[in-house]
Amino acid sequence: MTVTLLDVRDLEVTYRSRAGDVPAVRGVSLQLDPGQTLGLAGESGCGKSTMAAAILRLLPPDTRTSGSVLLDGEDVLTMRPGRLRAVRWTEAAIVFQGAMHALNPVRRVGVQIAEAIHLHDKLTDEAVDARVGELLEQVGLPARRAASYPHELSGGQRQRVMIAMALACSPRLLIADEPTTALDVMVQAQVLDLLAELRRELGLALLLITHDLSVLASTCERIAVMYAGRVVEEGPAAAVFDEPAHPYTRALSEAFPTIGDRASRKAPHGLGGDPPDPRELPSGCEFHPRCPVAVPICPTTDVQLWPAGPDRRAACVHVRDREPEPSAP
Amino acid sequence: MSADPVPLPPSPDGQAASATPIAAEGLATTTDPDALEQPILEVRDLHVHFRPRRGRGPVARAVDGVDLAVRQGEIVALAGESGCGKTTLARTILGLERPTSGAVLYRGRPIGRGTAALKPYRREVQLVLQDPTGALNPRQSVYESVAEGLRIHGVKGDEEALVEHALARSGLRPPRRFFLAYPHELSGGQRQRVVIAGALALEPSMLVADEPVSSLDASVRGEILALLLGLVRDLGLTILVVTHDLGLAWNVADRLAVMYLGRIVEQGPTEQVLAAPMHPYTRALLSVVPEATHREPQVLAGEPPDPTRVPVGCRFHPRCPALAGGEAARAGVDGRCRGEAMPVLRGLGEHHAACFLTDESVKKEASDRLGR
Repeated sequence: MTVTLLDVRDLEVTYRSRAGDVPAVRGVSLQLDPGQTLGLAGESGCGKSTMAAAILRLLPPDTRTSGSVLLDGEDVLTMRPGRLRAVRWTEAAIVFQGAMHALNPVRRVGVQIAEAIHLHDKLTDEAVDARVGELLEQVGLPARRAASYPHELSGGQRQRVMIAMALACSPRLLIADEPTTALDVMVQAQVLDLLAELRRELGLALLLITHDLSVLASTCERIAVMYAGRVVEEGPAAAVFDEPAHPYTRALSEAFPTIGDRASRKAPHGLGGDPPDPRELPSGCEFHPRCPVAVPICPTTDVQLWPAGPDRRAACVHVRDREPEPSAP
Repeated sequence: MSADPVPLPPSPDGQAASATPIAAEGLATTTDPDALEQPILEVRDLHVHFRPRRGRGPVARAVDGVDLAVRQGEIVALAGESGCGKTTLARTILGLERPTSGAVLYRGRPIGRGTAALKPYRREVQLVLQDPTGALNPRQSVYESVAEGLRIHGVKGDEEALVEHALARSGLRPPRRFFLAYPHELSGGQRQRVVIAGALALEPSMLVADEPVSSLDASVRGEILALLLGLVRDLGLTILVVTHDLGLAWNVADRLAVMYLGRIVEQGPTEQVLAAPMHPYTRALLSVVPEATHREPQVLAGEPPDPTRVPVGCRFHPRCPALAGGEAARAGVDGRCRGEAMPVLRGLGEHHAACFLTDESVKKEASDRLGR
């Protein structure tokens, strides 16, 4: 059996702020094998981007963490700084959201990619230039694009540059945080195709983070859905998307209609209310104030991930009690 | 506020390829049921070209021949990728850009030019911006943001009551609770509702919404779309929604117009366009909408093309899968695809596409020419 590439166990992340502690991630466990794809879904503030940052320990210095993040068996959270620097980018690399702002506007993109290479490899300038060209071609851009400034590139091209930077040190895990959110649907398809291709060719494992469940369903093998700092549902992508066990997942799944499906024609599905303030979480199941199928025990039941079918788990009392799922209105 | 609408002849219901865009005889002779109903908003053979600010350079033909009509109480979606000209078209409709040629008509009359002339129109037709975070002044309370439009337009009456009413209409309840809130204290969905409330406060007839949900979380998206549908149902509002999201069109729009490189390439009732897309571009766009159950995705290579270099013939031909795959050649239209200028698509009427291969009327014309 292969060693799990990424093994997050019971991770808790609490930001310190003047207004008090903000628990952003509250006991998350996730596993990702080499070459696998895992999608992490959830809305703003659910803790999914904090997860990404925690995996590479890119959190503000006074942030409190507990649990462990095992990357190839080594705990990132307790690594010495020297080792951490080596692991970042060579073991795991992040493609951040907002390709528009993550690049330095006054430096040529080739120089920015070369920086990432210089950080970790001692290569001659010619070798670095060759590697930059190779990386650009790997992400579907001509090598001569190295001489361009970010503003000379389109949004899709900038996102490709970001991916090239992440690949600079041949990581085994690529974390992509909302990599396509600001992009048009055709460019999004191109970027998702590219990620799938890189995965096939380089055997990359991919952790894809987005609020768009339909993107995850079409690109990932497994999906984990986060709400208020916890995973509330987890399982094979198609099963989670097509037959959600948790009412929150169902809301996310219905948010993007299947074009041609009569049920969603002129009937957009939304979820009422707003995500809870992490400093004042509702009691019991955190989702109960917004839940369309809440029952009286929800505010007092401490939910946990219960088995919800083959290879699936969901944190909902309806799943625990195996009541027939009420169908959506 | 608005002047009595003087009915103008409806838009020419023949192919608008003719040099004279407004055919007056259309009024008496038309049998097109669409033409019986006066559109609230009409765009006729509109061109908006941008010249480079300094020096010489190519002219960008951002909007390059567009007919569009929106009827009272309708939601029309204008879909396309970044750079296709849809935002320029929306801005021109709002009087924020000046047309190079062609006209925008509101209730049958051309909208004016200049701030003073446009003022009554701008009250009637309100813009809802994308990215509510950017659209709201961070130092203004919700009350101030919503009241701003009322003050600009010198609306008489109880300001507090009007603001309260607009907030409630936008689903912010109880409205008074939000009066003193600042944008940073609100969620993305709430901010978008404040932006919509600011537009509704002026009791417009029509909204132009530019990507109203693209910066919102998936969970909030449906709520905002339901709000838009409710405004049409309850207030009889008319909405033109600009988006790159075909799922949004399926969710709310009565009609859909797909734009590519400055032109509308396909338009018709939403069900028909999305269930049986005719234009190869629409087909490709539809095939890449992410879903678990997959159609064969047709990912078009390359970037959205450059409006300073519009290809001759059909402007989509360099990326067209039907031309590259030989379909067009088998149908004997490939020469036309590469060399013949496409007529401007009518703004109303049946489902049709600006395509020599797939549009029946264009196809028929093609076979007539070949003498079959």
